[in-house]
Amino acid sequence: MAMSRDEIFQEVSEVMVEALGVDDDEVTATATLMGDLGAESIDFLDIVFRLEKAFGIKIAREELFPAESLLSNPEFISNGKLTEVGLKELREKMPHTDISTFEGDPDINKLGNLFTVDAIVNYVEGKLNAA
Amino acid sequence: MRWIWIDKFVEFRRGVSAVSIKNVTLSEEHLHDHFPGYPVMPECLIIEAMAQTAGILVGEAKKFQEKVILAKIKKCVFFECARPGDTLRLEAKIESIADEAASTSGKVTVEGKVIAEIDLMFSHIDQNLAGKSFPEENFVFTDLFKSLLQGAVFSETE
Repeated sequence: MAMSRDEIFQEVSEVMVEALGVDDDEVTATATLMGDLGAESIDFLDIVFRLEKAFGIKIAREELFPAESLLSNPEFISNGKLTEVGLKELREKMPHTDISTFEGDPDINKLGNLFTVDAIVNYVEGKLNAA
Repeated sequence: MRWIWIDKFVEFRRGVSAVSIKNVTLSEEHLHDHFPGYPVMPECLIIEAMAQTAGILVGEAKKFQEKVILAKIKKCVFFECARPGDTLRLEAKIESIADEAASTSGKVTVEGKVIAEIDLMFSHIDQNLAGKSFPEENFVFTDLFKSLLQGAVFSETE
């Protein structure tokens, strides 16, 4: 049975509330996981595990949160910004995320802002539709 | 593991679940101060007992090749106090396990009554902290803890 986007959002929202100890009204579509919801690195894994259970899907952490592998490759970074090659890689790895604002100023410190609740909903939606 | 806080394993289902026992005794000195005239086991030490139970379960699942570190207390609720003379039964279950980490759920009972529910997350630190390196030797699982598993009853999983 296909889930509507609203239902997916509800479920994702519950995962965030439980994993991050935030109030449900803080979990908006545009909320960033790190900045707004206070997620730390281990929380990302917690979220991955919880999403897997909630939706009955298998998630490679790399796929949902590919930032680490980008940051560890010197070819992708120059002067604290993502290079063209890096941006291309990012686009490929995060098709579920809108990176248009980030492209204007690809400061790696702002990479965290890409992880929004909406991006997760997109990702899950894509996964469910592909199944 | 530099100190052992649980007494023995009574069940061990590789990669699935484990049950350990911790006996609380008034000869533990901290109980004399916590609290004078009213000794109760500090709750953080109940968490430690669960962390050791679940941590060894998680470590064994990867044949002790990973350095397993407690990374997050996902949930922790206490219903009753643990007192001298109590036998804590700590039941841990692996909920998810991946290359980088594992998540466990657990409950603590005394004489069949649930006194706490504790869900934890463990990190396999070599897989997790990009750019940081750790000593070669597994400082988490030292010889010290191996005696704990010697008496454990292993049951193979299907």
